[in-house]
Amino acid sequence: MQERDDDFSLCVEECEIAVTVNGNRYERSVPVRLLLSDFLRHELHLTGTHVGCEHGVCGCCTVLFNGEATRSCLMFAVQADGMAITTIEGMAGVNSELHPIQQAFREKHGLQCGFCTPGIIMTVHAMLHEHPDPTEDEIRHELSGNICRCTGYQNIVEAVKLAAERLRAPQMEVE
Amino acid sequence: MATRYFGAPVQRLEDPRLLRGKGNYVDDIDLPEMLHAAVLRSTHARARIVHIDAGAAQALPGVRLVLTANDLGELLEPSPLLVPHAALTQPRTQLPLARDEVRYVGEAVAFVVADNRYIAEDALDLIDVEYEPMPVVHSLAVAAEQGGPLVHADVPGNAAAQLAQTVGDPDSVFASAPHVIHETILMDRGAAMPMECRGVLARWDAHESMLTCWISTQGPLPIRNGLAAIFHLPEHKVRVIAPDVGGGFGTKIMMFYPEEILTPLAAIQLGRPVKWIEDRREHFISANQERSQLHEVEYAFDDAGILLAVRDTFLHDTGAYTPYGIIIPIITACTLPGPYRLRHYASEFTVLYTNKVPVSPYRGAGRPHAVFVMERIMDRIAQELKLDRLEVRSRNFIQPDEFPWDVGLNYQDGGPTKYDSGNYQAGLDKLKALLDYDNFPVLQAEARKQGRYLGIGVGCYVEGTGIGPYEGAMVRVESDGRVFAATGVTTQGQAHATTFAQIVADQLGVRPEDVLVTTGDTQAFNWGVGTYASRAATIAGSAMHLAAVKVREKARQVAADLFEASPDDIELADGKVFVRDAPHRALTLGQVAISANPLRYAYGENARKLMTMKLAGTRPGPALPEERGSPGLEASAFYSPPHGSFASGVHGAIIEVDPTTGNVTFMKYAAVHDCGRVINPVIVEGQVHGGVAQGIGGAFFERLVYDEEGQIINASFMDYLLPTAAEVPPLLVDHVETPSPLNPLGVKGAGEAGVIPVPALFASAIDDALSPFGIRIREMPLHPCRLYELLHEAQQ
Repeated sequence: MQERDDDFSLCVEECEIAVTVNGNRYERSVPVRLLLSDFLRHELHLTGTHVGCEHGVCGCCTVLFNGEATRSCLMFAVQADGMAITTIEGMAGVNSELHPIQQAFREKHGLQCGFCTPGIIMTVHAMLHEHPDPTEDEIRHELSGNICRCTGYQNIVEAVKLAAERLRAPQMEVE
Repeated sequence: MATRYFGAPVQRLEDPRLLRGKGNYVDDIDLPEMLHAAVLRSTHARARIVHIDAGAAQALPGVRLVLTANDLGELLEPSPLLVPHAALTQPRTQLPLARDEVRYVGEAVAFVVADNRYIAEDALDLIDVEYEPMPVVHSLAVAAEQGGPLVHADVPGNAAAQLAQTVGDPDSVFASAPHVIHETILMDRGAAMPMECRGVLARWDAHESMLTCWISTQGPLPIRNGLAAIFHLPEHKVRVIAPDVGGGFGTKIMMFYPEEILTPLAAIQLGRPVKWIEDRREHFISANQERSQLHEVEYAFDDAGILLAVRDTFLHDTGAYTPYGIIIPIITACTLPGPYRLRHYASEFTVLYTNKVPVSPYRGAGRPHAVFVMERIMDRIAQELKLDRLEVRSRNFIQPDEFPWDVGLNYQDGGPTKYDSGNYQAGLDKLKALLDYDNFPVLQAEARKQGRYLGIGVGCYVEGTGIGPYEGAMVRVESDGRVFAATGVTTQGQAHATTFAQIVADQLGVRPEDVLVTTGDTQAFNWGVGTYASRAATIAGSAMHLAAVKVREKARQVAADLFEASPDDIELADGKVFVRDAPHRALTLGQVAISANPLRYAYGENARKLMTMKLAGTRPGPALPEERGSPGLEASAFYSPPHGSFASGVHGAIIEVDPTTGNVTFMKYAAVHDCGRVINPVIVEGQVHGGVAQGIGGAFFERLVYDEEGQIINASFMDYLLPTAAEVPPLLVDHVETPSPLNPLGVKGAGEAGVIPVPALFASAIDDALSPFGIRIREMPLHPCRLYELLHEAQQ
């Protein structure tokens, strides 16, 4: 039993990290085993990043990690030391107007229960940055790492098309 | 009544919040001093618990409480049996924590509360449980074995219930029928898999003697009533809130999941808030599942393809317990006749216990199974008689002038299975157009020349929706003119905050965004049941309408008194209450609300304006005249339907099967849906889309595989595959509207519809695509590997 206790104490050993999330710098001391998703949700109270499976399949916990769509449930908070993260809370504009992707989801009824939505929006953000003019097949392929149980994806695909079209217009650019 | 918003594609009012990541799901709520719980679950499907040693767990720093069965005292009671039935002679429900025996892998054995979830899970590893494994009932076949192992030692033959119902005289019809066929049809287990798992947060306020629970549930009011009884608290001292719920699909309409008792118990004992959040692995082994049935069906038909009689005997797998009674097999029995004129029908089912996760309704709830059986029958009749598959269906349809149509069976709510309205041929005609059905044979023949196997399939269904007992609603106009509405049903993505607002807005002459709807908070509305059985829009929506009508009438009465006009001449529009044809004689709705509440101390902008207006003076007598009943513009109303309303639909798809892999690709999918009058077409279509995707999963990928030890061997999203955007095809949706005569809105339910016909049409399309191989599908789900096996067998 003593041996097991030692294992636990290793896991709960704390580490200092500094992470930039949505442009704000946070310095925290965290247990080394703390998941990045739990750090965002329960330490920084950015609860828009959801946890749907904790094994990296459903995509609900997707955030932008140095610009790339990343599963925050598959990373430890300590791995984010010195990195820049964007979560759903960082998507809306300064006057809190919806980002064009969010707006397109609203107009096309691209969400129902809303649980998978933040992860999907982060995935779409990264997708449109890389492929500003995706075909429907490409959209569906890119979305296949995010599971939605409510919408049947139809209106999500429509929303991505609309967002892509608007973001391609000269007056708008993906941040 | 000027209807403006009912029927309009109003944008969802809940979206801006959810899109910003400002939703409020149970795990998003963070209370001061909050502790975290984890559950130790059985690793055996059936075993005696010899000994539990939690000493090491209790000693782990950060652990605050460890509960096992022996710590529960009087709470160690089986959960209540929901929806009892006379035929359910051997009901069994589960204890909050297993005591002497475990009956499925995942059954709760111990409950740990610690400073955080990580420590709580560490502590689970330190609990030592000694099990003595026993023989496992891992399938319906084993459950039905004579002298085989028993799930409950005192339930002979594992039989929980048996129910037979007969319509007409099937025996005589079979004796003289020109064609009789017998088949065995299987549907296996799947699960709802909402993206948000279950969760409970409980807070005990010792100063107020008040228990507050936030639960990811579809039925907070029954849970509130149950918790009050269990903890000996007055009902008004227990508040249960279903905040944002990340999908439910039936699996969250339960009471009690063990954690719904254990979490509040721990919060009361420790005097600190306690949160338990289910992880996905736990969800696979502890959240209720469904679908497993084995049908032996015999059917008789004549030379014209008219179905004469059906005899269906089936086994229904209820898992280790019967928490939700036997409504699923009852729904199956009642759904099987579908849109067809079946006058001679014998149905008999046996509900069997197995050592698997308990069964309760999952979107569709017994219906996909029934539709699968009946639509297999229709296809087979066509095949035998060399008739077109849709023509056979048309010949058997109940006609529009034959409603109401009484199927002759008792439905799940105890009422008649009586179709209120429908037009099945109209739906089929629309589907044919959407799929370009008549030209498909050409497409199919051309593809075959290239060695490609295309098939077309259809599935027709009738869905019992909108059952009672009742729901209610409260509508109130506040002094600033904003409207508040509340009801006891919950929302798991159906956009009730929008559709109910549309219903209320039409009556009060305001915009939907001026109506703030609260669902699923027992403190906001005290009466009701919950969201299940595609009933919220029909039952709670009707109550919402009736309450809004009462408020409208009261507003007209109050305004008529102020303007010294007749209430008949008062209208409500654009947030104003005014005399018809005299728009200058107008008040805002908020001003009328103030006038309806004879206070000595009015305040706010509306009140100040009122003082400056020339209105009728105070009447003699009481300030609150008796005929007004109550102050303010507020009313409650309740709606209880005479019986369920029956929605219907027909889906069809064109698929391509790759015989070398067993993989199936959807080329086209179309759904024609009739849910009576449509409140919001965008939302209804969204429901259909989601249902179809879930149906495709259930027909194709999603089979929960239990091994002979009763272990689910695909209990992760890596192995139990939910369909993604890459598998679900673009969907074409059209509507037929046959209003329901049963409720004031003419609506029927839409929530479950999409999922129901998918296995049926999928089988139909595969049969068609693989007709050169002589394949006949009789089982679901049909994973590509299994389809490959079937093809391989056919080629031998």
